[in-house]
Amino acid sequence: MKRIFSIITASSLFLIACEKDVSSQYNPSASADLSVEFDHIAGGQNVLLGTTSYTNAAGESFTIDMLKYFVSNIKLTKTDGSEYVVPQDSSYFLVDESVSGANKIKLKVPEGEYKNISFVLGVDSLRNTMDISQRTGVLDPAGTAAGMYWSWNSGYIFFKMEGTSPQAPVDGTGNRKYRYHIGGFGGYSTPMFNNIKTITIDLTASGIAKIKTGRTPNIHLMVDVLKVLNGTTNVSIAANPTVMVSPYSVNIANNYVSMFSHDHTEN
Amino acid sequence: MLRKHWIVLALMVTGVYACHKETMDIFAGFQKPANFPEPVYHFTTNPVTKDGFELGRKLFYDPLLSRNNTISCGSCHIQTSAFTHHGHDVSHGIDDRLGSRNSPAIMNLAWNPALMWDGGIFDLDLQPIAPVTNHVEMDETMENVLTKLKNSSVYPALFQRAFGSDEITTAKALKALSQFMLMCVSSNSKYDKVKRNENETFTADEQAGYQLVTQKCSPCHKEPLFTDNSFRNNGIAIGANDDKGRYMVTVTAGDEYKFKVPSLRNVELTAPYMHDGRFYTLDAVLDHYSSHIQQTPNLDPLLSAGIPLSAAEKTQIIAFLKTLTDREFTSNRLLSEQ
Ligand code: HEC
Ligand code: HEC
Repeated sequence: MKRIFSIITASSLFLIACEKDVSSQYNPSASADLSVEFDHIAGGQNVLLGTTSYTNAAGESFTIDMLKYFVSNIKLTKTDGSEYVVPQDSSYFLVDESVSGANKIKLKVPEGEYKNISFVLGVDSLRNTMDISQRTGVLDPAGTAAGMYWSWNSGYIFFKMEGTSPQAPVDGTGNRKYRYHIGGFGGYSTPMFNNIKTITIDLTASGIAKIKTGRTPNIHLMVDVLKVLNGTTNVSIAANPTVMVSPYSVNIANNYVSMFSHDHTEN
Repeated sequence: MLRKHWIVLALMVTGVYACHKETMDIFAGFQKPANFPEPVYHFTTNPVTKDGFELGRKLFYDPLLSRNNTISCGSCHIQTSAFTHHGHDVSHGIDDRLGSRNSPAIMNLAWNPALMWDGGIFDLDLQPIAPVTNHVEMDETMENVLTKLKNSSVYPALFQRAFGSDEITTAKALKALSQFMLMCVSSNSKYDKVKRNENETFTADEQAGYQLVTQKCSPCHKEPLFTDNSFRNNGIAIGANDDKGRYMVTVTAGDEYKFKVPSLRNVELTAPYMHDGRFYTLDAVLDHYSSHIQQTPNLDPLLSAGIPLSAAEKTQIIAFLKTLTDREFTSNRLLSEQ
């Protein structure tokens, strides 16, 4: 009995200690590093640009030669429910599988424990219509955004995936390519389809993010690009080799919202 | 005899002085003509200054903006043709949508809420990115244009003068180009002078033509800009390339085959006509409206029965359309390559 008591006392002391230890560690008025990693896979395989073939639900095999998309308007929710919105001027990123380091975004976030992250896959309509002087960094049409901007139909391309498939018809250049350029912020003066998607990811099950000066926590997301083609609509490359500004793009955007899952957090 | 010489000499001196003054000193900035409505361009985020305008003019006429340094904006937008590509039905190159369109006038753009024949560009500041990066137009990247400007011996100083720092950015280059284009205001045609009571009167034919245009061509070609800036199908036959116009921007079935109503100002100088430059004369345009309207999807209801016009009426309309020609605009030294 005595022994049990002392165990209980010890463990509760330990619990208290733990609790105390943790909360006293965080200084909510200090900002610290957080990274979010977008690890691209296709089903069970790693994505390797250009070299590997994958198979979609329609039974077509394809390679991925280009994969990029905008991540913006990032929000984080603490375990106590309070929310942190990453400031607009540091909340736009272009994830690009072909550029080393460009599948990891780096943020400064107030110290604390976070259970939820949400972001826009694409560029919000406000930025899409903003004055050119507000389009700097990854949004500069003369810079990183060059291939991610429709100049003749003013607006950003949110998501771009290209590759080849033996099932794709021969195009004007003699290749069997597929090209998915998805955008559409809802139209400027006349309403158009809106492919702006907000992705919300719960971190509780696979590891909350503990943000603290001196540490470099990393939220590791798995991004299964097979889900771009397989989902509510199973996209056939043979039937839809090119999808850009067309109503069909809505199907692809509705598919790709489900490609993100939380694998773990390296705290 | 002697006295006459003196007068001539005095006149010549005054003339030279006046000329000198006009090109050297007078930069009034952007001014709204008395008979025009309020502009729609956002001058608050890009006020027109003399140095900004001059930098924009230099950029507009500089072939540096193209991949092989051969084509400038001014190559396709020629001042003497009211900044259109006179004689060219569509800009060079095929199998590309921009290459399938006729180059429109750079004129009164401060009143134009949506650019291009399909209105795909909603801000003048974003417009130059399209021709610069288009493969059949200038086939260059914006990034490379900026690099060329930075490495140039003249541009950093011009950016310094215009924007207070010699840092060359996308936004500054685009805003300077806008400043030049905004100054391309055509408001001194005979029509304008008649309307503003500036000692001009219409001939009988012109007056009759004016009445016909206000009855039959409005509301689409609406005074005083001679466009209501809407998108409509005016019943020309569907082109061989099946250009669907506004539909390409809105992806809405009701917008198929609609194009922006172009202004009729300077139309005497801007042949060929329509989005693909299919008509070479104004007679052909009027014949279209009177006898060749095609019942295509989304044909504008105002044109479902065509616009019946007698030969005399056509002559009168053309007489009026010529009063919209503004030679002060097409010969204004301020807007020319320096
Ligand atoms: C090869 C010819 C060519 C060149 C070079 C060119 N343009 Fe154009 N421009 C066109 C054509 C064709 C259109 C109409 C395109 C459309 O509607 O799809 C156009 C449209 C425009 C418009 C829209 C006008 C309106 O009323 O809607 C503006 C403004 C313009 N161009 C400015 C420029 C500027 C600035 C440059 C240089 C950076 C330039 N252009 C270079 C051919 C050209
Ligand atoms: C229902 C609206 C409508 C009416 C009415 C109308 N137009 Fe048009 N007009 C248009 C549209 C739209 C275009 C451009 C069509 C295109 O390029 O596909 C156009 C083009 C033109 C052009 C070519 C201009 C250029 O720069 O290429 C001329 C000239 C013209 N119209 C003259 C007239 C005249 C004269 C009348 C009256 C007799 C008239 N229009 C009546 C809508 C209209």
